[in-house]
Amino acid sequence: MPNRVTEYDTIAAISTPPGVGAISIVRMSGDEAVDIANKLFKGKDLTKVATHTMNYGHIIDPDNDNEIVDEVMVTIMRAPRTYTREDIVEINCHGGIVVTNRILELLLANGARAAEPGEFTKRAFLNGRIDLTQAESIEDLIDAKSDRARQVAVDQLGGNLRQAIRDLRDDIMEVMGKVEVNIDYPEYDEDQITLDLMKKTALDVKQRIAKLLATAQDGEVLRDGLATALVGRPNVGKSSLLNQLLHQDKAIVTDVAGTTRDVLEEYVNVNNIPLKLIDTAGIRDTEDKVEKIGVERSRKAIVQADLVLLLIDASTPLTAEDRELIDATKDKARIVILNKIDLPQKTTVADLSKLVDRDEILPISVLNNDGIDALKQRISAMFFSGIENSQNNLMITSARQTALFKQASHSLDNVINSVDAGMPIDLVQIDFTNCWEELGEITGDSSPDEMINELFSRFCLGK
Amino acid sequence: MREYESNEQYDVVVVGAGHAGCEAGLAAARMGEKVLLLTISLDMVAFMPCNPSIGGPAKGVVVREIDALGGEMGRNIDKTYVQMRMLNTGKGPAVQALRAQADKYAYHAAMKDTLENEPNVTLRQATVDRLIVEDDQVVGVVTNTGARYRAKAVVLAAGTSSRGKIFIGELHYSSGPNNTLPSIKLSENLEELGFKMRRFKTGTPPRINAHSIDYDETIEQPGDATPNAFSYETPDADYLPVDKQMSCWMTYTNGKTHQIIRDNLDRAPLFSGDIKGVGPRYCPSIEDKIVRFADKPRHQIFLEPEGRDTEEYYVGEFSTSLPEEIQQEMLHSVEGLHHAQMMRPGYAIEYDVIEPWQLKKTLETKRIKNLYAAGQINGTSGYEEAAGQGIIAGINAALKVQGKEPFILDRSDAYIGVMIDDLVTKGTTEPYRLLTSRAEYRLLLRSDNADLRLTEKGYNLGLISEKRYQAFLNKKEAIEKELSRLQSIRIKPTPAVQAFLEAKGSTPLKDGVLASDFLKRPEVKYADLAQFIPAPPEKLDRRVIEQVEIQIKYAGYIKKQEANVAKLKRLESKKIPANIDYDDINGLATEARQKFKKINPTTIAQASRISGVNPSDIGILSVYIEQGKIAKVKED
Repeated sequence: MPNRVTEYDTIAAISTPPGVGAISIVRMSGDEAVDIANKLFKGKDLTKVATHTMNYGHIIDPDNDNEIVDEVMVTIMRAPRTYTREDIVEINCHGGIVVTNRILELLLANGARAAEPGEFTKRAFLNGRIDLTQAESIEDLIDAKSDRARQVAVDQLGGNLRQAIRDLRDDIMEVMGKVEVNIDYPEYDEDQITLDLMKKTALDVKQRIAKLLATAQDGEVLRDGLATALVGRPNVGKSSLLNQLLHQDKAIVTDVAGTTRDVLEEYVNVNNIPLKLIDTAGIRDTEDKVEKIGVERSRKAIVQADLVLLLIDASTPLTAEDRELIDATKDKARIVILNKIDLPQKTTVADLSKLVDRDEILPISVLNNDGIDALKQRISAMFFSGIENSQNNLMITSARQTALFKQASHSLDNVINSVDAGMPIDLVQIDFTNCWEELGEITGDSSPDEMINELFSRFCLGK
Repeated sequence: MREYESNEQYDVVVVGAGHAGCEAGLAAARMGEKVLLLTISLDMVAFMPCNPSIGGPAKGVVVREIDALGGEMGRNIDKTYVQMRMLNTGKGPAVQALRAQADKYAYHAAMKDTLENEPNVTLRQATVDRLIVEDDQVVGVVTNTGARYRAKAVVLAAGTSSRGKIFIGELHYSSGPNNTLPSIKLSENLEELGFKMRRFKTGTPPRINAHSIDYDETIEQPGDATPNAFSYETPDADYLPVDKQMSCWMTYTNGKTHQIIRDNLDRAPLFSGDIKGVGPRYCPSIEDKIVRFADKPRHQIFLEPEGRDTEEYYVGEFSTSLPEEIQQEMLHSVEGLHHAQMMRPGYAIEYDVIEPWQLKKTLETKRIKNLYAAGQINGTSGYEEAAGQGIIAGINAALKVQGKEPFILDRSDAYIGVMIDDLVTKGTTEPYRLLTSRAEYRLLLRSDNADLRLTEKGYNLGLISEKRYQAFLNKKEAIEKELSRLQSIRIKPTPAVQAFLEAKGSTPLKDGVLASDFLKRPEVKYADLAQFIPAPPEKLDRRVIEQVEIQIKYAGYIKKQEANVAKLKRLESKKIPANIDYDDINGLATEARQKFKKINPTTIAQASRISGVNPSDIGILSVYIEQGKIAKVKED
C-alpha cells in the first residue's frame, strides 16, 4: 500500500518551551496554514489581512459550538519572506499547557500535521532559505531527526502502548485483508466481509483508541507539569501551603530543563504529578503586603493555569475579594480549599456550598498538616482519570501520538459514516486503510509493502 | 552456424510474439516504424499457455488501458471470448473488474491475423541467439538460422522461454512453455552483456476432456447477460447472449485429495529441492496450498473451457508438478472429476528473468541503449501485465528511433504506471502480479474511466484514429454537459419526490436540492431522476451516464485522492539529475547509498519508494540537490 505523502503537508507545533512564561506560540507552516488558522479564528478574516501583521482575536472550537478557547494574537506571514519560505502562521496564546495543547490539537484536527522534530528548519533548508554553510550542520540535524530522534520517540513508546497499537492494527488488518482478498479474488470462498462487520470493527477500535486518548492529557501533564495557580486573598495561608508542599518532600523541586526554566517557577511533585506553580514569588509577595495587588496578580496566574487552588480562610467571614476570586475561577479546574479549620470557623463548608459546588470544596488545616494528603489525592483524581499509578505505561505522551490517534479515530468516523451512507465496500476501505496506516506511523511499523505481505501470509490465494 | 547479413531494413526488432511482443510490435509499427517480429513458433503467437482467461481485478483495468492507448488485447479478446463476466459489481466503482473466458485458439488466430495484415510488421519464425551490441548500444540481433538483422531498437519479450525447464514429478527437461523449444543462447548472451538474471518458477494445472466431467456434481458459472466489452470500440450490439456463451464449472478438493498430495510430497519437485526458482505466493501450486494452509478442509477448483473447437478443459487452481500418475489420482478424488480423462499433465516451469531494476521507466535497459524488455522476462506474470509492458516498450522504442521524448505513465495515470514503477523501483523477488491493493489511487484508476485517462495520450502518440478520438471528445463533452445540467436543476420537495424517497427508505427533503445532490443519496440512481427533472436534450449513452453517476456519487472520495495525487506530483517534479554522484553525498546511510546507485531513481518521489531508504536519506539527498552542488535540471 501507499506511502503517505507528507512532504507538502501543512505542519504545526508548539514552538515555545512547554508552559514557560506567560505566552506560548503555536506555529504552522505550509500552503494551508492561513486557511486552517482562519477556520479557528474569531476576528478579522485572516485570508485577507496584509502579510507580516499581528491580528487580535479568539481561537474558537468549531466542533464545540464555537466555544472560545483562548484570547490570542495571530501573526500572518506570507511566503516567500518567511523562515520556511512557506506561509507561516504564529498563534500567540496564554501559556497554560492545556490551552496551548488544545490549540495545537485544533490545528491538527483541521488539516495540519504535527511537525516532526526539526521539521521547520528542514523546510527552510529544502526551500533554499538557508545557505550552504548553514546547511552542513543541518544535514546532521536531519539525520538526527529521522534516525535517532524517531527511534528515541519510538523507544519512548511504552511496550504496552506499542502492543496495544499492534493489537488494534491486527484487528483492522484482519478485516482489511479479507476485503482486499474479496476484491482481488472475487470468486474465492473466503468469507465475504460485510459492511456491518467493518462498522462493528470500526466502532470497537474507535472505542479502544478513545480509551488510549483519555490518557493523552495525563501523559502530557506527566511530561510538562501541570500549570497550577495558588490563589487567595492575603494571609489566607498560600505561603504556608506552598511551604508545606515543598518542604514535605525536598526532592520534589525539579529542574526539568535546567536553565531554560523560569526561575520563579517551582515544581512540586504530588503523587508523581509535577505541579508547576505559577508566580510563586507573587504568592510570597502578596502574603507579606496587605495590599490589593494580590487579586490582580492572581488573575494573571489564573489565566495561565490548568489547575487553580483557591484558598479561603475559614476563620474569617467571606469577603468581596473571595467572591471575586471564586467568580474568576469558575470555568477552571479548581479546588476550593477551606483553610484554617483548626480555628473557630466563621466560614463553613455549608456557607461555601452556596457559591461553589460541594465537590470542589476541601477543608484543610495547613498548620496541623490536616487534609494535605486528601488534597493530593484530589489533584491526582482530577487529572489522572482513575489511572494515577504512573507505572502504567499505556500512556500517550506526545502531541504527535495524540494527533495520529485522533486522525486514526477520525478515519474510523469516516468508515462508520460511509457505512451508514450506504457507500460501497471499496470506498469504506479507503478510510479503514488510512486508520491502519496512521496507527502504523505511531509505532513506525508502516511500510508500503506490509499489507501485501500480510495478504499473502494470511490467505490462501491463487490465480 | 554460418551467419549472413540480412538485406532487410528494420527500425525495431521484437524478440518473442507472446502478449508483450505482439503489443510492442503493433505499437511501434502503427507509429510508423518497420518492425520485425520474431517468434520461436508461429503457432505460439499470442498463445495462452496457462489459464484461458483475460481480465479480472486490476488486470481487466490494464486491458482497458491498453485499449485506450490503441493496443490490441481488448479488441482481440472481444472478438474471441466465450464468456464475459463483470466481477465485484457490488463492491464499489474502483474495483469492478471485467473478465473474459477466452477461446485460446481463436485468440491466437485473430492476433496472428492482425499482425499478418499490419503493413509495417514482418512476422517470422526464428530463435534469437544473440544481440549485436556496439558501444553499449544494441544495433541488431542474430538468429539460430544465422541471419543478422540490423535494427535501431530491439524489444526483448522472450517470456518463459529463457532457459526454460519443465518439471513433472521426477521428469525434468529443457523446454519453453507448452513443450515449445526453449531459448538458451540468448539468456547466456544477456549474462555476458552484464545483466543480473534471476530464476523464477510458475506452473500450470492438468487439462481434461469435457466429456469426462460429471457436471451434475459441480456448480455452473454462466456468463453475464448485460453487455460489456474490453475495447471502447466494441459496440454493445456485438455482445453474445448468455446462451451463446460457455459456462465454467466449480468444484472442490477434499480430504482425500489432500491425503494423496501429502503422501506424495517426496515426489514433488517443489519440495524435493529440484526446483530452485521462486514461485509466486499468489498463485501457489495445489501441493503448496495443502502444505501452507494445512487446516483448510477444501480448495475451490474452476473448470474452464479452452475454446469452442476443443473439448479440453483447464482445471483452474489445480496447478501441480507432481508425477503424472499422482495427478490422475488427485483429479479422480474430486467431485465431478471421478472419471476425468486427463489430456495433458500439469507442470512447473523454471525460467530466467532480468532483474527489473536494471530498467528505466521506459523499459529501456540502463546497461544497453535502445534495448527494451517487456513481459515475463521482467519478472511479471500474467498476460495482461505482459501486454501492458509490451505496449509501453513498443511505444518507447519507436519514440527513441524517432528521436522524440519518451512516454512514461505515472502511478496516478494507470495501473501500467503502478506496475512499471514497482518493477524498476523495487525490483521483485517473486513473479509480479498486479493487485488492486498495489495502487494507492485505485479510485482514480477505474475500469470505467481508462479512456478518459489515456485516450488523449494514445491519440498524441498516433495510436488512436481520428474517428475514435472524435467519439471520445464527444463522450467527454456529453459528460461535462450532463454534470453541469444536474448541477443547475433543482428538485423540490413535492409529494411525488417525498413519496419516492419514502419508498426507497430515504429521508424526506426539507428544501429543494440540486439534482446532483439528490443523486448523491445512495438510494437514488441516475435513472430515477427522469421522474422529477426534464430529460437531457439528447439521449445519453450508458457509458456517459455511468461516468456522470460515478463522478457525482463518489465526488468526495475522488477529490481526496486527487489532492493526494497533486502532492505526489510535486514530489515527482523534484528531479534527480542523471549525473549525480552518490559517493559525493555526505551522511547517506550505506544501505541507501547502495540502493540509490543500483536503482538510479529519477525523482525524489521515486527515491522515497525504494525499500530500505529512510526519510533522513531522502532529506539529505534533497538538500544535496537543492544546494545546487550539481547542475540543476529543468522542472516540468
